[in-house]
Amino acid sequence: MPDIQLIELNVNGESHDLAIPPRRTLADVLRHDLGLTGTHVGCEHGICGACTVLIDGAPARACLTFAVQVEGAEIRTVESLAGPDGAMNDLQQAFTDHHGLQCGFCTPGFLMLAEGYLAEEPEPTREEIREVVASNICRCTGYHTIVDAIEHCARKRRADCASG
Amino acid sequence: MKEGRIGANGTWVGASVPRREDPRLLTGRGRYVDDLTAQGMLHAQFVRSNEAHARIVSVDLSEVLNVPGVVAAFTADDLNLRDMVGVMERPEHEFRVTAMPVLARDRVRFAGEPIAIVIATDPYTAEDGLEAAVVTYEPLPPVVSEEAALAPDAVLLHDEAPDNTYVDVTMFATEGIDAVFDDAHRVIGVDLRSGRQNALPMETRGVVAEWIDRDEQLLVRTCTQIPHTIRDTVAACAGLDERQVRVIVPDMGGGFGQKSCVGREEVAAAAAALRLRRPVKWIEDRRDNLTASFLGREQHYRARAAFDAEGHLLALDTDVICDMGAYSAYPSTAAIEPMMAAVEMPGVYKLPAYRVRARAIATNKAPTAAYRGVSRPQCVMVMERLMERAARELGLDALDVRRRNLITTFPYKNSNNITYDPGSYLESLNLCEQTLREEGWYERKAEAAASGRVMGIGYACYSERTALASTAFSERKPRALVSFDMSDITMDMTGSVRVTTGTLSHGQSHETTMAQIVADRLSLPIDKVKIVQGDTDKITYGFGSFASRSIVIGGGAVAAAAVALTDQLRILAAHLLEVDTDAVELDGEGGVRVRDEPERRLSYGDLAFVAYLQSPRLPKGFGPGLRASGSYDMLADGVFSNATHGVVVELDPGTGGVRILRYVCVEDVGVAINPQVVEGQCRGGIAQGIAGALFEEVRYDPSGQPLAPSFMEYKVPTAMEIPDIRIEHLETPSALTESGAKGAGEGGTIGAPAAVLNAVNDALRDTGVEFDDTPISRELVYRALENGPVGPGAATPAH
Repeated sequence: MPDIQLIELNVNGESHDLAIPPRRTLADVLRHDLGLTGTHVGCEHGICGACTVLIDGAPARACLTFAVQVEGAEIRTVESLAGPDGAMNDLQQAFTDHHGLQCGFCTPGFLMLAEGYLAEEPEPTREEIREVVASNICRCTGYHTIVDAIEHCARKRRADCASG
Repeated sequence: MKEGRIGANGTWVGASVPRREDPRLLTGRGRYVDDLTAQGMLHAQFVRSNEAHARIVSVDLSEVLNVPGVVAAFTADDLNLRDMVGVMERPEHEFRVTAMPVLARDRVRFAGEPIAIVIATDPYTAEDGLEAAVVTYEPLPPVVSEEAALAPDAVLLHDEAPDNTYVDVTMFATEGIDAVFDDAHRVIGVDLRSGRQNALPMETRGVVAEWIDRDEQLLVRTCTQIPHTIRDTVAACAGLDERQVRVIVPDMGGGFGQKSCVGREEVAAAAAALRLRRPVKWIEDRRDNLTASFLGREQHYRARAAFDAEGHLLALDTDVICDMGAYSAYPSTAAIEPMMAAVEMPGVYKLPAYRVRARAIATNKAPTAAYRGVSRPQCVMVMERLMERAARELGLDALDVRRRNLITTFPYKNSNNITYDPGSYLESLNLCEQTLREEGWYERKAEAAASGRVMGIGYACYSERTALASTAFSERKPRALVSFDMSDITMDMTGSVRVTTGTLSHGQSHETTMAQIVADRLSLPIDKVKIVQGDTDKITYGFGSFASRSIVIGGGAVAAAAVALTDQLRILAAHLLEVDTDAVELDGEGGVRVRDEPERRLSYGDLAFVAYLQSPRLPKGFGPGLRASGSYDMLADGVFSNATHGVVVELDPGTGGVRILRYVCVEDVGVAINPQVVEGQCRGGIAQGIAGALFEEVRYDPSGQPLAPSFMEYKVPTAMEIPDIRIEHLETPSALTESGAKGAGEGGTIGAPAAVLNAVNDALRDTGVEFDDTPISRELVYRALENGPVGPGAATPAH
């Protein structure tokens, strides 16, 4: 039998005890051990970004990360974005308003990329957003409306902040 | 109903209704095939050929079975499945029937071809199992180019296909065409090639199959564009009745044609599940997707066109060779690319005389499936390069040459024997040019030249036959004519409807757009309409989604079903209200009323209550229940969407890179059911067209090994390479469709490569270099610019 390691993983604010082989990727643990199938796997070699999650707030490729590496870290997946009643957050709403998704397969990766980025840079220019969006691959949209969605979400957050 | 989301006529059609699909897909609650599981599920991977071309001497799986966790491993002999054989009803000298086995038997024809299926308790172990397989080969000479395939002494891939040629047709051959060439003022030639591409859905292929005793069914949950064809094929290969196979398509992460063929792995995994009586999941990894799935687009065109001195196109003679790879895919066959090219070549231009020879050849590469646009991107490249070259050689303006040749009177029957329905070919060109002029790009280009920068502007005009019709198919002669679709609709006692469609949305938004169509016909709020798709047990029959067919044919069928249901509602209401059927009408608020006494009305709920629970009150022969059916068969030559694309590029003399500064698309898809969705299809299509023009290519080394097995080598453009795209709408409603809509799925991809090519050539105008091939080589652009542009700006330093 392969080695099994016991780890405690903190995902979306919940703690999970797991017994897993060290070669098991974070993406597989999230999807198949924890049932968080919102994180998708598009290339298994770290380029497409469909598996992007936040590790301690920073976007990271779950397909290139072994689950045993991130014990003790705060992991966030797309399932954490909506409210407890399932209502979409402002970023998700911006994606639907701007038709920033079609087949939806790459979408969770773009959402988590944007979530991490906007937390770090709340006032990005459109060109800066475009550069960040270039971290991931989408085959359906041509990216234009993904950039639109993130730009409008950022603008709205700033406006809400200013008026609040 | 939501404010501001209703079309101009107070209808759902024409409104950018928010997508029904979005909330689940945005919150991680979508369910794609790899998200599915089943009790006791096993995981499959495939032993694949290391060789591009070889006889299989032996396959030894004994060590595979010794790997802990491996449950089973099967070869072709173990599974004993019938081959897949695509057939065209054409004479033998035009179409050679070849077979594609589910697993390779005694011969492998491309590197990556599946030889055996290994099944294990988890996917990691299945991969471990693959490493223990021992396959012994007797190599054969690899055939990796058109020249090698057609060489007189070439080794044959298939004994049934002499000259390594699957398809060889000569069509149209207008009488007197040779004389037209002889007498022409000028004959212009184009020789162009397009690279092999991967359609590249972000979700790779995959399947979960299991035998369900209670249903006596093999349940195949798979990501496919063609669920009923998968059902029929799995049944045929495994020797089951069709009722013994149920295909369900969950949420699906794109297809673009790659999933419009039956995957060998889908059938093998289903057969293994049947054999083992345990659920089997196969998820293709990206490496296999890039090297061993279905590819497309590798073509070579040699065209000659006769022009008069004013730039009128008089005749076109073309030789097309499509490199279809190692197998004729099922069900589309190796004819899909050459037949599409042959028939659709003239596009938007009046062509008095036409002759085409179109061939499909066999090489040791992964086989070809439909890829978004199918041959039409290259046809448009041919026509647009001819227009540009004719203008250059005749000293005319290239847009004026196009204007002289565009079809402007409709319906128009061209020498390709197609009757074009009305479109806005000239108007879209004019508006596209006007837009780039008004945005100042012509001035900017001139300023750039003055400062030593290298900019170019390029256009492409095209139309796209959407919703391929019976007549289109009868010209091509496939055995299966996929021109119609069926729909069933049922209304429940809350006045809500469920409507089936045989099409299969996988990003195209049919859950929203088809609901818009139905909601209008029944005057229902859109949330009272649910579109049901992707389940062969719920949908009688259907062909799925490809070839921009869904909104015209599937949309036509759901509209027909909805109209049939309104007839039922009116018959029942008239009977209960004791008036003639002609005296009642839908009241627009979920009920039926007497036209002259509007206060006398019955809601849909009232009517359904009677239909289901009070059958003695029903008129003779009615129901019981509230349900209806409809179908739609495109009986004309199809409907033609059209567009003009305009592109501004800047070339980087330091790197040879091509940067797109501006992209304008003026499109006409008839009535846009949901304009935001149409724009999305356009932009996404254009991005894929740009990818083919500048970046993506599946290349092989001389031994037939694929050179792009990962995204490090297969260069998919990102947001840094794809610009924002301005879209302008024109609307020429189709008189041939239920809603006035034309198809919108592929157009963007069709126009983009030619427009980019023309823009790059415009930028290189002063260097004397012209490109006809895609992808445009960065190195060749660099070389063309190496000594700096030769034009007016050349004297000015680039600082």
